[in-house]
Formats: sequence, C-alpha cells, structure tokens
Amino acid sequence: MLTTGTILLVAFGYMGLLFAVAHLADRRAAQGRSIISNPYIYALSLAVYCTAWTFYGSVGRAAAGGLAFLPTYIGPTLLCTLGWVVLRKIVRISKVHRITSIADFIASRYGKSSTLGSMVAIIAVLGIIPYIALQLKAISMSFNIINHYPLIVMPRYVANVPVIEDTAFYVALLLALFAILFGTRHLDATERHEGVVAAIAFESIIKLLAFLCVGVVVTYGMFQGFGDLFAKASALPRLQELFISDIRTGQYFGWLLEIILSMLVLVCLPRQFQVIIVENVNEDHLQKAMWLFPLYLLAINVFVLPIAFGGSLYFTAGVDADTFVLTLPMAMRHEALALIVFIGGMSAATGMVIMATVALSTMICNDLVMPVLLRLPFVRIARSGELSSMVLNIRRGSIALVLLSAYAYYHFIGEAYALVSIGLISFVAVAQFAPAMLGGIFWKHGTCTGAISGLAAGFALWAYTLVLPSLVEAGLITPEAATRGLLGVAALRPFPLFGLEGLDPIAHAVFWTLLVNAGLYVGVSLFSRQNALEHTQAALFVDVFTYPAKPEDSSIWRGTAFVTDLRSLLERFLGTQRTTEALNAFADKRKIRWGPLSTANPALVTYAETLLAGAIGSASARVMVASVVKEEPLGLGEVMNILDETRQVIAYSRELERAHSELKSANLRLKELDRLKDEFISTVTHELRTPLTAVRSIAEILHANPRLPQDQHRNLTALVVKESERLTRLINQVLDFQKMETGKMEWQMLPVDMREICREALASVRQLLDEKRIQANLDVPDHAPPVFGDRDRLMQVMINLLSNAVKFCKDVGSRVDVHLNVLPDRLEVAVADNGVGIRAEDLEVIFEEFRQSWQGSRGRPAGSGLGLAITRRIVEVHGGRIWAESRLGLGSTFTFTLPFKAPPVQEKY
Amino acid sequence: MTPDRLKNRRLAGVFLLGWVLFNYPVLSLFNRHTTLLGIPLIYAYVFGAWALVIVLIMLGARFSRRPPGQGR
Repeated sequence: MLTTGTILLVAFGYMGLLFAVAHLADRRAAQGRSIISNPYIYALSLAVYCTAWTFYGSVGRAAAGGLAFLPTYIGPTLLCTLGWVVLRKIVRISKVHRITSIADFIASRYGKSSTLGSMVAIIAVLGIIPYIALQLKAISMSFNIINHYPLIVMPRYVANVPVIEDTAFYVALLLALFAILFGTRHLDATERHEGVVAAIAFESIIKLLAFLCVGVVVTYGMFQGFGDLFAKASALPRLQELFISDIRTGQYFGWLLEIILSMLVLVCLPRQFQVIIVENVNEDHLQKAMWLFPLYLLAINVFVLPIAFGGSLYFTAGVDADTFVLTLPMAMRHEALALIVFIGGMSAATGMVIMATVALSTMICNDLVMPVLLRLPFVRIARSGELSSMVLNIRRGSIALVLLSAYAYYHFIGEAYALVSIGLISFVAVAQFAPAMLGGIFWKHGTCTGAISGLAAGFALWAYTLVLPSLVEAGLITPEAATRGLLGVAALRPFPLFGLEGLDPIAHAVFWTLLVNAGLYVGVSLFSRQNALEHTQAALFVDVFTYPAKPEDSSIWRGTAFVTDLRSLLERFLGTQRTTEALNAFADKRKIRWGPLSTANPALVTYAETLLAGAIGSASARVMVASVVKEEPLGLGEVMNILDETRQVIAYSRELERAHSELKSANLRLKELDRLKDEFISTVTHELRTPLTAVRSIAEILHANPRLPQDQHRNLTALVVKESERLTRLINQVLDFQKMETGKMEWQMLPVDMREICREALASVRQLLDEKRIQANLDVPDHAPPVFGDRDRLMQVMINLLSNAVKFCKDVGSRVDVHLNVLPDRLEVAVADNGVGIRAEDLEVIFEEFRQSWQGSRGRPAGSGLGLAITRRIVEVHGGRIWAESRLGLGSTFTFTLPFKAPPVQEKY
Repeated sequence: MTPDRLKNRRLAGVFLLGWVLFNYPVLSLFNRHTTLLGIPLIYAYVFGAWALVIVLIMLGARFSRRPPGQGR
C-alpha cells in the first residue's frame, strides 16, 4: 500500500527519529555519558562520505562504465593507510589550536590570515552548495519515483512541481531546523556536536542496511547468486563489454587521478574535516576507524555491480540507471523493500546535508562574516556588549541561507545535471585545499602568499575547465570563450586545455588545477617570505608532536593587556560562567591570583585567544584579542619574544654542545689511558726482562762452569734467588693492582695497632737498610688508639713506602725516619728520607698508576710504577689520604693518615 | 615514539602495496575476459585486493598498540 500518505508519513517519521536520536545523544553528553565516544560510532560518522551519490549514483556509473565508480572509494581506503601519519597529525594540530573548520585550519597555519580563511570559505561554499543541491534532488527524485508506484516513471518525464508542493523543499526546511537545533546549540570552545554526530552515525547504519537489502534481494531473488547474474549479463555484448574495465592504457592515468582526487577530498571536504577532525573525541579512535571506515565502503559497494547489471538486464530501456536501486524493488513489487530503499537514500542524502551545512555555517560565520564585522568601523562590535548570541544567530542565518540557496540551485539549475557529475565537480573544487593543507603540515616554508596564489589559481582553473563547460553543456550560457577558446586561441579552450586529450573532463580538471595549484604554492612560497606569526604557526603545525601540548606554552604574543579586559572580551563570546571556569582553571594550574589591575602575561593572552578561536575561528580571534592587547613596539618585549621562539632551539644546541664536549673529554681521557697502558706494558715487560736476563745469564755461567769455587757458586745462586724474588714481587704487584681495579680484592677490616705495624715493617726491610748502610729511626708514641684496617694491606703500605725510600737513598750517610703522630681524629704516619728527592711537578703524579719519577741521570724508572698507586688505593680504602713533600737533593717525606672512625662499607676496591 | 614509528612504517608499506595493486600495470594483468567463480576477473581482483588492504591496515594498526591510558 504505497500511497503518498504512507510515504510521507514514513519519510517525516524518519526525520522525527533523527531528531530523537540527536536529542538523546545531546542529553547523554550533557550528563557526561557520551554515546559517541567510541571508535565504532566515530567510524560510522565518517561514512557520511557516502551520500545519495553513492546510494543512487554509483549504480548509474557502474552501468555505464563498469569499475569506473570505484576510485572514489579506493582513494579513501589508501588515505586511511596513511591515517596514522596524516590524519592523526591534523587531529592533534586541530585540538591544540582549537580549529573549527578547514578554512580555520588553513588560515591558522598561514599566520591566521583572514584573507586566506575567507578564500577557503568562499570556495567551499561555491563548491559544496551544488553538492547539497544534488542531495535534495536525490530526495525529490526518489520521492517522485516511489510516489508513482506501481508505475515506473522517470523524473525527467515528471512535470516540474511548484516549490510549495515539492517534498524536497520541506525536507530542506526540516534539515535546516535540525542543523540549527543541534548544530548551533551553544558556542563551544571545542565546537563539537554530539547530537549531530550520533544522528549521522545512525543514518550510516540505515543507508548501509538498505543498500545491502536491495543487493541481496536482487542478487539472490531476481537471480541465483553472483555467478548466474554475471553469466546472464555476459550474454549481452553491451554488458559484457563492461567486464573488462574501460581503462585502456591511456585511461589508467585518469583512474589514477581519480584515486588521488578522492584521497585528497577525504580530508578536504568540509563535512569530512568536521567529522574526522573537529568532532573527534579521542585520537586513539582513529586506530580502529582506519580500517572500519574502508570496510564500510567495501560493504556498501559490493552490490553496486550486481544491481547495475540486474537493472540493465531487467529494464531494456527508458529507465535511468541512477534509479535502479529504487526501481528494481518496485518492479519486483517489493513494496516494503522499496520503502526501505527510499528511506536509505534519504538517510544518505540528509546525513550529508546536515553535516555539510553545519560545517559550512561555521566557516561562513567565522571566516566570512566575523572578520568583516570586526573590521567595519561603524559596527563597533569590538566594543559592544554580549556577542555569543549574535555569533549563534549568524550561524543559524547561514544554515538557512546555505540550504535555501542549495534548494534554489537544485530547483532552477540542477535539473540539468546527472547525479555523478555534480559530485565530482564539487570534489575537484575542495581538492584545491589539499596543497595548502598537506603542504602546511609537512613543509615549514609554505607561505601565506604561496597558499593564496595556489588556491586562487586552482579555483579559477576549476571554474574555467569544469564549471564553464558544464554550464555550456546544460545550455545555460554560450560564451564564445568556451567554444572557440579564450581570446580566440584554440589552445585555451576550457576542455581540452592546451589540447590535453585522452582524459575525461574530471581527470583533465584534476590534472590542471592541482598541477597549477601545487606548483604555484611551492613556487611562490620559495620566492616569498613569512612574517613572524606565519613563521611561528608553521613551526607549531609542522612540529606539533615535539612542541608542548598547550599553545600558551609557546606563546607568540608580545605586549600587555589587563586581565579584566580579556575577561570581559571572553564573557561576551562564551558567557560569564564558562569564562570564569576557564580563567580559574588557568589560574589554578599556574597558581596565579589576579587583582583588579593585573596585567596578563603572554601565556594568558594566548590562552584567551585559543579559547576564542574555538568559538569564532583563529583569524577573528586574533583580531578580537588584538583589540584589547597593546602590542609593544620593538623593545625588550620583542627581544624576549625572539628569545622565546628560539628558546627550544638554543636549549637543544646547548645540550648537543655539552654532550659533544663531554664526549671530547672522555675521548681525551681514553687516549691518555691508552698511552699510559702502552707505557705500562713496556715498563713491566722491561722490568720482567731485567731479572729474567740476570737469572738466565747466571744459569748459563753455572752450566758452563760446573767447577766454580764454592763461594762464587753460592753468590751466584743467591743472586738467582734474589732476582726471582724480584720477579715474583713484580708479578704480585701487577696482580694486586688488577684485583683492586676490578673490585675483586677482599678486605678484612679489624682494629689494628699501627705502632706494631711500623715496627714489623721496619724489621722486615731491615736487611735492605743494612745492605745500603742506611740508618733507620722509628718514632712512635707510647700509646696510640687502634685504627680499623686490613693488617696485611697496611703492612704493604709501610713496606712500599720504606722500600721506596731505600731506593732513592744516596749511597752514603742516608737515613730513613718513621714518625707516628696521634691527632684528635686520625693517625698520621710519615716516612722521611734524605735521598735524591722528587721534582715538584712530579709530587702529584707519582701516585698515579703507571707513573714514575724519573731518576734524571739513569733515565730509567726505578720500579713497575705500581707501588705508589697501590699504596694510595689502600690508604684511600681506609678513608685516609696520602701525599708527598720533597726538596730536590735534600730528601722527601711521604705522609698518610688513617682516621679512627671505620670507613663506610666499601663497594669497590 | 618507537612503537609509533614502527606502526607508521608498516602502514606506509600497506599504502605502497595498495598503490601498486590498484594501478597500472598490475591492474591491467587482471583486465581480461575470464571469470573467477563466475565473477569477472577484474571485479574479483579489485574487491579481493581491497579486502586485503583493509585486513593489513587492521593488523598494522592493531600491533604495537600503546598501553591504555597513556595519553600523549
């Protein structure tokens, strides 16, 4: 029973349902229980990409050109693979700078230029209004067709209905109401509309289900599955031609261009920018949406070809392929299915209309109307009272305006076009944003002038190569330029421009517009300069992941403002309550209290500007904030600002420098150590060789002269013993030192009496002293408290010092004195000799490993170079210190101390 | 940033694969009058490749997930 009444009831009932869904979502959002904050709803909302053009038009395109409809959906899939790089970056930038639309994004990137912002807004409006008109046309067309049920009458045979009887007109009014109700509820600093997004996601489910229903019924109801359908289609030569795609070698380029085009528009379409970027709740949702969204596209396209072939097989002539989705169920007398399809088509159309209208109204308000209003001297709104309701009213007005102009376009002009061509023409228009946008986030040197030139040229070429011919084709105008070429030059005809043959009009326009656009953007950027603000914004955009998350931390305002001025400015746009909340949050975080006459620091000014940008766009926000901030002329502020801008760079380079110098000194130390090691090895081997040679030569003497006199024999063997002892000592020293260096030495810390150790040490070197006729004196007090220490090691210290003293003694009249002093907190032991002495410059280094005092005349070190190093280590482990004093030729004194308090537990040595 | 870098690299790989699969000359290899399970070869190929790319995005995006709640 498909009467007009039923159809209207269902249609408007469906619209009512949308209102209900949006209302519910808004209420839940107000309660803080968002229903859209999950990746699935997010992915579904992205599917607003599929409009009535997808729903009806794809089949029409497939029926005419096989796979030709697909690049539009493959492109977004490919962009999704780059989603994590490209989309996430745009989302992050937009969140940091509170971007409200694509116009705002581009304007903000190029120094918050309102010229650029308004250019983008104008191009978007001009490009998108026909696209919205197309949706209205689809609704009207589908209503007309289903209304004639059971007859199948094509719309072009339907007389043009007056506006007052046109369903599409009422749908447009309802959609305007919807967009006004849920799209301009309040001026938000983040400009998100949960109700709208929920409704869009809901519509995405409806259109997918509706399309799948038709697909299944056609494929398995009219035919026995895919195989049967394609087999029957292949019987018809006209259809069989479509089985290989019409992409001859030359045409592959067109296919490629269309993939690129649809990749770009996925972020450049204002409504896609709105759902992907502005309405994004959480960056992480991208992760799932990146594959869910392409999956959705795949699902909604699976049955396009079967329906196209099914329709072509079923209807021999007289039925427009654009309507197959609806007319096939009607022809099968499936009333319910036809109604479902009608609703599905409506959901596809309304979803796009709502989102596009909301996005466009934000742009018109923030980037077209506000900048003009703020600059008109007689309007004086910069100084007038509460403004938030005015901004909202401008938005409401622009929503109504957009929808009415779209309706007018459809009603008076749009009848002349097929569904697909309007959609693609819009695509090419918005793709002009791509160079400035993508260039802007990856290339710091793109300038505002470059972006304006590219955009202007791309847009002009779009109008010339695509809009003009289509208007001519529609018979609306017949300018001479279109047919004979500009100024009568045939090469300058709009299509093919410069005689570029072999591409269809869309691919042709994509090629020329993007080539010239991107070329001018890069070229002009290279030959123009950025001002300070552009420079800063470029850095903030391109390096968004390395800069601090809050823009106020990298502030670029110089100058001063009164906090009260800023506060009243914010109140006029955001209301008293939200302003107070926002300012308090700022003050709390930074622990500031403002008095009545406090001046705002640059961070606060930037913070206020960002807040405002969320409401009225970055370019307008800058103008408003500038009206209350007195920017200082060149001076300290300027210098500070420049410092601020380069602060991070300097910090980085300082860090680098420090790391570099550390490396350098470490390298020097390593080299020095390496040299010492070499020296050490040569010394040690030399030292080892000397006793070894002695032992060997004595052994040879003994071997060669078995009959040596007994006393000579004894002398020689005593020498062997002595030399081997020297060898052993040397090796022990090396081993000891190595143990200490690697921390493997074990220490037995017990109370020891130092006096006893001194005595024993003297006793054990007694023989050495006697040999050299050295007089030794021991001077110890009667009573000395014990120290904590390792007895054997301390003994080693004493013996080392004593034998050292012996080594440097002169041949006659030498003496060695050992003094033990008790000081309040430590013992002090001094070993003095009257030997050759040590050069002043050697006093320190003799304690270093591998270093030796050179005995001038003999020119050869007198030991392994380890004795004193080991001694110092031992003393240090005991918590004491050791030093030497000397006068050349008069002798030297080695003194070390041992504290009474036990040293802390040693980790090393 | 390392897990992100890895993810970026994987997904860039998927992009290049998709680019090759959906363009001349690979596409032309399948552009002929044969059928696969009753479906014209080019259609089966394009939809199959499409599904493959989607699965690869899913895998590429899912692996090396950040621990939850670690917002950056």
